[in-house]
Amino acid sequence: MGIIKTENLTYVYGEGTPFRKVAVDNINLDIDEGEIVGIIGRTGSGKSTLIQHFNGLLKPTSGKVFIDGDELFADKSRLKEIRFKVGLVFQYPEYQLFEETVYKDIAFGPKNMGLSEDEIDRRVRETARLVGLKPEYLEKSPFELSGGQKRRAAIAGVMAMEPKVLILDEPTAGLDPRGRDRILGLIKEYHAEKGTTVLLVSHSMEDVAKTVSKILVMNNSKVFMYSDRSGVFAKAEELTSMGLTVPQVTRVFDRLRAAGIEFEDEVFSVEYAKDLVLRLLRERGQSLD
Amino acid sequence: MEKFIEIKDVEFSYMNEYDDPPTKNTVLRGVSLDIGRGEFVAVLGHNGSGKSTLAKLLNAINLPEKGEVLIDGMLTSDEEHLYDIRKRVGMVFQNPDNQIVATVVEEDVAFALENIGVEPAEIRRRVDEALKTVGMYEYREHAPHKLSGGQKQRIAIAGVLAMQPECIVMDEPTAMLDPIGRCEIMKTIKQLNAAGVTIILITHYMDEAAQAGRVVVMDSGRVIADDVPKKVFSQMEMLKSVGLDVPDVTELTHALIAEGCSLPDDIISEDECFERLYNLLKKGG
Amino acid sequence: MIKDITIGQFFPGKSIIHRLDPRIKLLLTVIYIVMLFTASGFTGLLAASLYMLAAFIISGIPIKMMLKSIKPILPIIIFTGILNLFFISSGDPLVEWHFIKITDDGVRTMIFMAARIILLICGTSLLTYTTSPITLTDAIERILSPLKVIKFPAHEIAMMMTIALRFIPTLIEETDKIMSAQKARGADMESGNLIHRAKALIPILIPLFVSAFRRAEELALAMECRCYHGGEGRTRLKQLKTAPRDYVAVVITLIFLAAVIVLNMFSPI
Repeated sequence: MGIIKTENLTYVYGEGTPFRKVAVDNINLDIDEGEIVGIIGRTGSGKSTLIQHFNGLLKPTSGKVFIDGDELFADKSRLKEIRFKVGLVFQYPEYQLFEETVYKDIAFGPKNMGLSEDEIDRRVRETARLVGLKPEYLEKSPFELSGGQKRRAAIAGVMAMEPKVLILDEPTAGLDPRGRDRILGLIKEYHAEKGTTVLLVSHSMEDVAKTVSKILVMNNSKVFMYSDRSGVFAKAEELTSMGLTVPQVTRVFDRLRAAGIEFEDEVFSVEYAKDLVLRLLRERGQSLD
Repeated sequence: MEKFIEIKDVEFSYMNEYDDPPTKNTVLRGVSLDIGRGEFVAVLGHNGSGKSTLAKLLNAINLPEKGEVLIDGMLTSDEEHLYDIRKRVGMVFQNPDNQIVATVVEEDVAFALENIGVEPAEIRRRVDEALKTVGMYEYREHAPHKLSGGQKQRIAIAGVLAMQPECIVMDEPTAMLDPIGRCEIMKTIKQLNAAGVTIILITHYMDEAAQAGRVVVMDSGRVIADDVPKKVFSQMEMLKSVGLDVPDVTELTHALIAEGCSLPDDIISEDECFERLYNLLKKGG
Repeated sequence: MIKDITIGQFFPGKSIIHRLDPRIKLLLTVIYIVMLFTASGFTGLLAASLYMLAAFIISGIPIKMMLKSIKPILPIIIFTGILNLFFISSGDPLVEWHFIKITDDGVRTMIFMAARIILLICGTSLLTYTTSPITLTDAIERILSPLKVIKFPAHEIAMMMTIALRFIPTLIEETDKIMSAQKARGADMESGNLIHRAKALIPILIPLFVSAFRRAEELALAMECRCYHGGEGRTRLKQLKTAPRDYVAVVITLIFLAAVIVLNMFSPI
């Protein structure tokens, strides 16, 4: 069994009212430990509802959720303990900062876990380093930081809980390219250093293609597919028809294939595209010009 | 092209009141820019480069500390012209939730017209027209908070459009939207520009900027590039050094050029990239 | 959750009640309330309830909604009922046990008061069910506008009400979001004593305040950009005009009021 597993997970909003909506519909998933997974789907496809089940913020209408082998909601007294295994970073997390200092804000989660002062201190300093916040920022008010720094401080607040699974909902929304790259970079670093499972919810196919190893596509409250990157981008046409965009380079190479250039690969990053073009040219024993 | 906006050597700074003693934070350091009637200009720059401050100079929300800003020949510092300027230059902001005033779509679109004292019958006509232009007419009696992000943003555009401005300044209008919402807004923008409205689009998305007629790049309060998109994006190294990006296809062609492929360095559109690569790969195939 | 509150909910419709001038509707509600409080006996209340029922049926609002509007104030009705039951000692005793004494007067007053409160709530709910908040605000602004002469800020008050109405759903949604986010960080809002719980609200209230201020600032900017400069010289998209049906409604309501006064003479409780 993987780190996150669901069995026939279904969630219905507003049962018994005219606004009734099945937000996630009979979902069976099994995500392996240490994986870095992108979750994509258009607004309202159920991805936000799905991730809120993974740490017990929502209780399934029917079906089960297992975290690290433990069933959530099976034993209410253990809910909190299991919940701490899954860290959830919401959209625009900087809007939940509230403490007097950045240090205290990052320490909020670990404190709620009942850790010792020393352990809290270690974790705050370590995560601050991981997200690239200089030690002198720790004593500042979080409201004095710049937009990107606030975002990183808020993410650190969840990372400091050292969850086995870290889920981030649109962590790059509204940032400039530098801020975007920085956040994606630190997520990758965190994953490499800690080996933690990471789920990354995003609208941006470019971000997902650059960062993750597997992709979960949600459509109309159901899982459309769960596969590695090339498997998903091979279905570019279907993705487009469900209102998702594919990376620009993927579109270019799909058109090249349609126009009769022969290659097997699914292209989803600039790096890969470059290597492919060079290989194709070499295979033909052709000069580069 | 006839000049519509003239920015002459403008400096601007904010006072940081929280510091003791208050410190001065200079945001614009001598910016000069002319924008012609009917242009579509994209403004790029990382956060804090001064682009939002620049936008607010254009309808007299900010007044320049040094230098001057002229809108259609009127000085923004001239109190007498305040509402004439705001009528001519409309603004749309990033968060659609925070710029919708009323609880009914059409009431919100009417807000500006009510403020400038337009006759009720004329308000009705202009509100309907603006809502039709952005494709939201059938939602006129809806509550804004129940609409999608893209729809809300189109309502905000309609609210500005109803004033019949000559220019609309948009400060990251797509930053909080999903890809579908972004697409809706870009379509609306292009349609407005085709109808003759001057557009100034501040954005972080390079593919959006690539669709403009002209790209202005800002860094630390200065304009560091101002040209057609092809020329600006071909300077990939410079853009990266100021924390910006180029469209993926541009990055790819530059990487291939570095490997010795003969490709032009100013490819910014998907179509062009496809054609060039097709020609390159087809030869031997 | 907080999202379930129905007070002030509006049900769009095309009935004659929906189409009445909102100013007249406010006036009718006032007359109706006067009617309820002049009724001194059950026959008077019966006349008022007939009036209310007829209005409800004409409006096309499901009767279920009438019951729903009473639900939140049920505790108040029960509480006042119990007070009346136990503390009125006039009349013939029905039950006497130690110091508890229930009289027929007590029972009658209890039922009378309960009926009056229920009718009051139903009537005012009908006003909000059939009038959109914005129209209502508009009506209040126009009714109060003669007071501008004595510097009464009628426009400003109406503007504030509009903005409040506009942002209540947004802020409720935001509160839900912040609560989830803090819960995900292990915040415990359900257990502990009162002081503990009050403290647990800090992580929610501070971000909510910060966000409300940020929104206020952005909204003010957006309003300025759209030439807002107070109520002076403002025109309105929708003009309020009274129609013959408005006068008919006023006359009918006054007839009911007269009936209640006449009925009072014949049935003194």
